[in-house]
Amino acid sequence: MITGKAHKYGDNIDTDVIIPARYCTSFHIEELAPHCLEDLDPDFVKKVSEGDILVTGENFGCGSSRENAPIAIKGAGISCVVAKSFARIFYRNAINIALPIFENREFVDITDTGDWIKVDLKKGFIENETKGKRFKISLFPDIIQEIIECGGMIGFVKKRIEAKRKSKE
Amino acid sequence: MDMTITEKIFCEHSGRKYVEPDELIFADIDLVMGTDIASPLAIDVFEKMEAEKVFDVTKIALVNDHLVPAKDIKAANLSKMMRKFAKKYGIMNYFEVGRSGICHNLIPEKGLVLPGELVVGADSHTCTYGAVGAFSTGVGSTDLAASMVLGKNWFRIPKSIRIKYTGTLPYMVGGKDIILYTLSKIGVSGALYCAIEFTGNVIKNLDMCARFTICNMAIEAGAKSGIIAPDEKTEEYFKNRTCKKYKILNSDKNAKYYKEYEFDISNLEPQVAVPYLPSNSYPVSEINPVKIDQVVIGSCTNGRIKDLKIAAEILRGREVHPDVRLIVIPGSQEVYLEMLKEDIAEVFIKSGAVISTPTCGPCIGAHMGILGENETGLFTTNRNFKGRNGHPSSKVYLCGPQVAAASAISGYICDPRKI
Repeated sequence: MITGKAHKYGDNIDTDVIIPARYCTSFHIEELAPHCLEDLDPDFVKKVSEGDILVTGENFGCGSSRENAPIAIKGAGISCVVAKSFARIFYRNAINIALPIFENREFVDITDTGDWIKVDLKKGFIENETKGKRFKISLFPDIIQEIIECGGMIGFVKKRIEAKRKSKE
Repeated sequence: MDMTITEKIFCEHSGRKYVEPDELIFADIDLVMGTDIASPLAIDVFEKMEAEKVFDVTKIALVNDHLVPAKDIKAANLSKMMRKFAKKYGIMNYFEVGRSGICHNLIPEKGLVLPGELVVGADSHTCTYGAVGAFSTGVGSTDLAASMVLGKNWFRIPKSIRIKYTGTLPYMVGGKDIILYTLSKIGVSGALYCAIEFTGNVIKNLDMCARFTICNMAIEAGAKSGIIAPDEKTEEYFKNRTCKKYKILNSDKNAKYYKEYEFDISNLEPQVAVPYLPSNSYPVSEINPVKIDQVVIGSCTNGRIKDLKIAAEILRGREVHPDVRLIVIPGSQEVYLEMLKEDIAEVFIKSGAVISTPTCGPCIGAHMGILGENETGLFTTNRNFKGRNGHPSSKVYLCGPQVAAASAISGYICDPRKI
C-alpha cells in the first residue's frame, strides 16, 4: 500500500527537465535526487515528503533515454507516478528500477496538488481520498508483472542466469 | 495475414509466423549499443546481475560520443569505466575517441546495422537506424545491461502509423524540414508507442542522409521507431560498408495501420521549431526576426557530410555575423575527413566558424558550446526543451542546415531562399 500527497504538473515533462544532462555525469541516486525537476520547479525536492505521488499529464518522461530520470524521481522520495500517458523509454526504465507507474486520465483530471492519495497495488486501485474518488488500475501484462515481482530487471535477469546454470548442471 | 515491415522483423527475431500489435514477445537482438553516458550505469547493473559474460562480443557496440573528449573528471571516469568493461569482456566494437563519432552517424557507417535487423541502443535517437530498414529503438541503461547479458529482451509489438509524402521537394527544403513539419502536424505524443513508417515518392527520392534525419526524429513524436523500407539506395549505401548478407523486407499490401497520414510537400517552406518543443514548428516566413547568439550545425540529426555540404555552400565566400558564434560538428571521423578532402572545412573556417571534433556536446548541453543566461541558439539538433542546451533561461530554435547557415550570416533567424 502506498499513501502520500499528490504533486501535480502538466504535459510533456521531458527527461532533460527531470534531470538535466549537466548532472548526468553521475548515476548515483544521492547525487541525482537533489536536482530532480529543478529547472521546472526549483522547490520540488523540498516540497516532497517520502512516499508522495507525482501526478502528471500526457507523455511524461519524453525525450532522452536517461535512466537517471526515474532514479532521480525515486531518490526525491516519490513512491509512484500517475500520468495520462508515459513516453515509452521512461515507462520501461521506471519498471526496470521498480518505480511503480500507472496511466489513468480520469484520476489525473480530478487530482490537485496536496490531495491525499492511496494506491493499492494488490487490490488494483488508486484513490484520491481528498476528493473521495477511487479508480481501478489495470494489471500489468505477465512479463512486466514478473519483472516487478523480481524487484526490477536486475532480479529478473539474475533469475534467468540462475535457471540457465541449473539446466546445465 | 498481411503484416507491416516492423511486424515482419519481429517475426524474424522471435521464431513466430505472425505477430500482432500490442502483443508482448521476447525477441533476439542483432546489435546492443551503448554510449559513454548510458553504459556506465549499465555496467554497474551488469555487475549486480552477476553475469559472467556478454551474450556475443561481436553484437555489442560501445561508443564514446556524448561527453568526449572528456569534458571533465567525472566524464573521464565514465569513459574509463566503459573502456575497462570493453577490454574485460572482449567487446569487438569499442569506439575510442579519434576512431569514433556520434553513435547514430557511426553505427550505420560501420555497417553495424543492416536492413531487417533488430537493434536496441541506450540512447533515445536509436530510432535513426530505421532509415536502413531495421527495427531499432532506444532503451535505458538497465535494459542495455539485460540485453548485453541475454541477447534478447521483451517488446510490445507497436502499432504502425503510415505517413506518405507526395509532391516534389522545393528549393532549400530538406529532410529536417519534412520531419519538423510532420511533428507540427502530429504532435510530440502523436505516435506514442507506435512505429512510424515513412513512405511515398518523396521518401523514395531522398538520399540516405535525409532519410537518417527523418527517422532520427521519430522519437520526437513519441514513436518507438521510425522505418523506411530498404531500396536500391539502401543497398548502394552498404555496398562498401559490409560483406554480410541481409534481408530486404517490405510491408504487405494489406498490412494494417493504426493511423495514416498523407502530406503534399510541394509548397513546404524551410521550417523552424520555436522553444520549447520540436513540434512548435512554423514556416520560416512566419517567424519574427529573432536575434541569435550561437548557431550549431551538427548532431545525430544533421551531422552527415551532405548536411555540412549544404551549409558550406551557403557560407562559401561569406562571413558569419560578428555577433554570432557558429559551431560546426562533423558527426564522425569519416565525415570530418570528407570535410577536409572536399574543402568544406576551409569554407567554414574562412567564414569564421569553429569546427569541433565529433561529439554530442552542445546538443545535450554537455560541452562545446553551452548557452549562457538569456542567450538564444539556432541548432540543427533535435530538441529545444527548456534548459537542455545551457542555462534554464536560454532558448533554442531548431532548423535544418539551410536555415542555420543563412541565419549565421545574417545574425537573426532568416529564410535561406532570400539570402
